[in-house]
Amino acid sequence: MPIQLQIALTHLTSRKRQTLVSLGGVILGVAFFLAVSSLMRGSEQDFIKRLIDNSPHITIYDEYRRPQTQPAQMQWPDAAISISHLTPKTENRGIRSYREKLAFIELIPGLQVAPVLIGPAVLSFAGREQSGSLSGIIPAKMKTVSTIQEKMLQGSLDALTANPNGIIIGKALADKFQLGLGRNLNLVTQDGGNRVMKVVGIYRTGNANYDETQTFSNLKPAQVMFNRPNRVNRLLIKLQDAYQANLIAKRIEANIGYKATSWIEASEDILSLLTVRNIIMFSVVSAILIVASFGIYNTLSTIVMEKTRDIAILKSMGFHATDIRLIFLFEGSIIGALGSVLGLLLGAGLMLILGQIQVKPPGVLEMTNLPVWWGVEQFELAAAFALTSCILAAYLPARRAGDVHPVDILRGQS
Amino acid sequence: MSPVLQVEQLSKRLEDEIPVTLVDNISLEIAAGEFVCIMGPSGSGKSSLLYLLGLLDIPSAGRIWLDGEDTSHFGEDQLAKRRLEKLGFVFQFHFLLAEFTVVDNVALPMQRLGRHPQPAIRQRALSLLEQLGVADHAHKYPHQISGGQRQRVAIARALINDPLVILADEPTGNLDTASGERVQQILADLTHEMGKTVVAVTHDPAFAHRADRQIMLVDGRIQSG
Repeated sequence: MPIQLQIALTHLTSRKRQTLVSLGGVILGVAFFLAVSSLMRGSEQDFIKRLIDNSPHITIYDEYRRPQTQPAQMQWPDAAISISHLTPKTENRGIRSYREKLAFIELIPGLQVAPVLIGPAVLSFAGREQSGSLSGIIPAKMKTVSTIQEKMLQGSLDALTANPNGIIIGKALADKFQLGLGRNLNLVTQDGGNRVMKVVGIYRTGNANYDETQTFSNLKPAQVMFNRPNRVNRLLIKLQDAYQANLIAKRIEANIGYKATSWIEASEDILSLLTVRNIIMFSVVSAILIVASFGIYNTLSTIVMEKTRDIAILKSMGFHATDIRLIFLFEGSIIGALGSVLGLLLGAGLMLILGQIQVKPPGVLEMTNLPVWWGVEQFELAAAFALTSCILAAYLPARRAGDVHPVDILRGQS
Repeated sequence: MSPVLQVEQLSKRLEDEIPVTLVDNISLEIAAGEFVCIMGPSGSGKSSLLYLLGLLDIPSAGRIWLDGEDTSHFGEDQLAKRRLEKLGFVFQFHFLLAEFTVVDNVALPMQRLGRHPQPAIRQRALSLLEQLGVADHAHKYPHQISGGQRQRVAIARALINDPLVILADEPTGNLDTASGERVQQILADLTHEMGKTVVAVTHDPAFAHRADRQIMLVDGRIQSG
């Protein structure tokens, strides 16, 4: 063992109480850092998982990201052309020749796609009205991209296949209209569609607004109601790897021209909110470790003050200033390393306990455990942060110790 | 015989608000194996001269040759290296590290030197303690032994790297007569039997009398010797 390390260990073991207090600060700092970060990251991932599970990973709209260029502008791209009072061509809105586009997308490996025609509709029953939207779907395909099948309280998506005039509504709407399975309600669209449809399923997502306004029918009757034969206006895509969404969305948009939005793009605001939340969380838990490092600074400064005579004698023996600095840096590192290891153990224990606590989040029916994330990165981060702050805290006392001039001390003593 | 320590026009001034000259234009030579005592009244610059000779302090002017090597252009680390390899110190207060046992205290400089395996270092430390008659206390802590014994431990520590020169600053100043006598005898034996060079600062004329040469300092200048 190098003599500097030996002296460092002796300093620490000879003042056990001070060392234990410093060590305790680091242990608690690391443990809380870990517990809080695992909970924050856990809830973040839980939230993202819900976000990913409950919405399509990529939605293709019947829109373009940029307005279509006029033929004159295409002909003379560099000319100063200004076209005003332009009325776009009236067209049957929706994704044109969606079947070919669907076929193209289906060729991309690792994804499921379902066509949907969605539009506004007014639902009425027994004199009550509710404006909402109607999605025309192909049940077999919809099941592959949406979790709606799992949210069914009564009936199922397959009931739509059996009943071409069927409709699936949310629990909130069913409660509002006081109707149940097998009852008929009236649907009117602004394109002149008017139809009586039979409730074949009731779902509940837990999102009150969604449950009150979203309804599902077969694609064909929706196309008739919205007067858009052979058209859909959404293609919903579910990926095996949700984090590929941005990449695949870009690729699809480049090929078919229509706007393809990934869940990442659509939830940018929420995701940036999570980033802010993480920054706040890390500042708070880092503060604990910074406070702990003040404890180390304090302990080592005291040792340096008490040991100036020893430092002077070591230097007179021929120890270099670097040796002396090293002794105190070792002391900081030892507290940091030991504190990190014990803190990680304590933190893991806290995480185990937190993971046992059951909560009932709003909108969820059954109790779930607190989401705790066991990622290795946060263990590394906590240890690295603790070690760095300990060494930084040791640096100033170490430098002061290295600068002790032996003659000043010897003269004072004799 | 070539001098082991040689100084030429050595001065040390403290540039405080009131400048003080501690050592004033001293030139001297100390031969290998010589036992030299520096004497003088309090504040005459004895200790300051010793610190300069021991390369602990940097002179304001003049040069110091140690073992034929001019040290005037040396940096702090080079000076520390020479102290480790060629010099040994004994101070008035024993200056042992309180948390280390006697044998560990003695071994420190040799461990820092790092040229020998741990068992060899320990063996040498124990044999030095044996020579100085304190081997029985090797595993005690400094506060468990007497002042005279501590000073002998300090001498063992000064000797561990087999230095050319032992520098002693009032080594008997804090001891009772019997212990002081014993330490004086040891230092005298170091020169006469082991051929070490010893430079000691003292107030005690009896101690100075044992030396080969006495240097008398007054106001930072050599008055005689």
